[in-house]
Amino acid sequence: MIKTDILIIGAGPTGLFTVFEAGLLKLKCHLIDALPQPGGQCSEIYPKKPIYDIPGFPEVLAGDLTQNLLEQGKQFEPGFTLGERAETIEKQEDGSFIVTTNKGTKHHAPIVAIAGGLGSFEPRKPPIENITNYEDKGVAYFIKDPEVYRNKKVVIAGGGDSALDWSIFLADVAAEVTLIHRRNEFRGALDSVEKARELKLLEKINIITPAEVTALHGNSKLEGISIVRDGEKSLLEADHFIPLFGLSPKLGPIGDWGLEIEKNAIKVDTLDYQTNIPGIFAIGDVNTYPGKLKLILCGFHEATLMCQSAYKIMNPGKKYILKYTTVSGINGFDGTRKEAPKAVVQAIND
Amino acid sequence: MTDVNITVTDREGAVHDIVAPTDMAMNLMEVFKAYELPVEGTCGGMAMCASCQCYVTSSHELEDMQDEEEAMLSEAFFVKNNSRLGCQIPITSQLEGLEVELAPDY
Repeated sequence: MIKTDILIIGAGPTGLFTVFEAGLLKLKCHLIDALPQPGGQCSEIYPKKPIYDIPGFPEVLAGDLTQNLLEQGKQFEPGFTLGERAETIEKQEDGSFIVTTNKGTKHHAPIVAIAGGLGSFEPRKPPIENITNYEDKGVAYFIKDPEVYRNKKVVIAGGGDSALDWSIFLADVAAEVTLIHRRNEFRGALDSVEKARELKLLEKINIITPAEVTALHGNSKLEGISIVRDGEKSLLEADHFIPLFGLSPKLGPIGDWGLEIEKNAIKVDTLDYQTNIPGIFAIGDVNTYPGKLKLILCGFHEATLMCQSAYKIMNPGKKYILKYTTVSGINGFDGTRKEAPKAVVQAIND
Repeated sequence: MTDVNITVTDREGAVHDIVAPTDMAMNLMEVFKAYELPVEGTCGGMAMCASCQCYVTSSHELEDMQDEEEAMLSEAFFVKNNSRLGCQIPITSQLEGLEVELAPDY
């Protein structure tokens, strides 16, 4: 069991800056993130894009901002659980929380700060009626074990790299591979497009375009699909249907934690960004309140105010006076100390 | 500096006449949001979510799509020939009189 003061869910810029603000108040942080590296969208989606609205930085690359935030919080020795998604939360009798990830890692903390941004990235499900009824009964949105498809009839839908790559791969595994795309053009690496064309000529893949899957059939499991091509309907036998339409951000399991949700975001009180569950805060892009702006700099502000409340919850009755780092310096948990050089009073002419 | 008039039909069929500034470096998704139309703009305008997909119903000649927008639309749902992502359409004076319809929310 990992124990900490503030458990931060999401290691994007807001989560990382929380480590620093909490550290000033002698609170220790641990971060969970579904991605394998810290930085959130900044490192995963746009590390090379410049950001122009970070106060004091006329221009900073998103990847560099992540590195700077890690450096700024380093002396407060944050812990990380990366590549795991926070799945469940259980409130303990003493008001603290245990958060468990999809891989079973347990974390115990009196304060939980959700800094989950857009949420975790999940496969986009096509709008086909009853598709959820066939999940794990022939329909899958990603491929875990290709052996499942050995000697089966497989239909893949999508027009990007993953649809092409898996069609190519399964051509040697499945009995039959059909690739369906809404457009005639596929968008992927040149190699993949050419390889798919080659396999089509060899009749190892059927490619049906421009077409869409409109219905799924089968009693206890998937047996066939309906497609529409140029307005004409037809039926195709299929044991498996794999729609590969990329990923979209979803709030995910956090949406089931009993928090008040509005428009896919968590409602908070702007006093301290606490949610409807005392001890659980939501900061950065994941929260909503009247006038909310989804900006990194707003996340930093929210993190700062949140830490003040977290301190009060953990230290009831104790008075805390806001410190300026210019005056009091920073005492790291690793024993380091940063402070401004002291002025001296000394005569120069003697 | 001028404003342009844009007509937006929402998902319930209600028609909204909105005014968008051409000198604020805004895109159509941001204007939808400014008018509190039901557009999420989940990804913040990076052509990554298609929540601002709309159908251009007037005959305006818009700037060609960039690769990012085309890639997103090839994976989005309810896509038609006149689909565009609002976040990839900068507000310029050429948009005067533009008519768009919000694509279904999915």
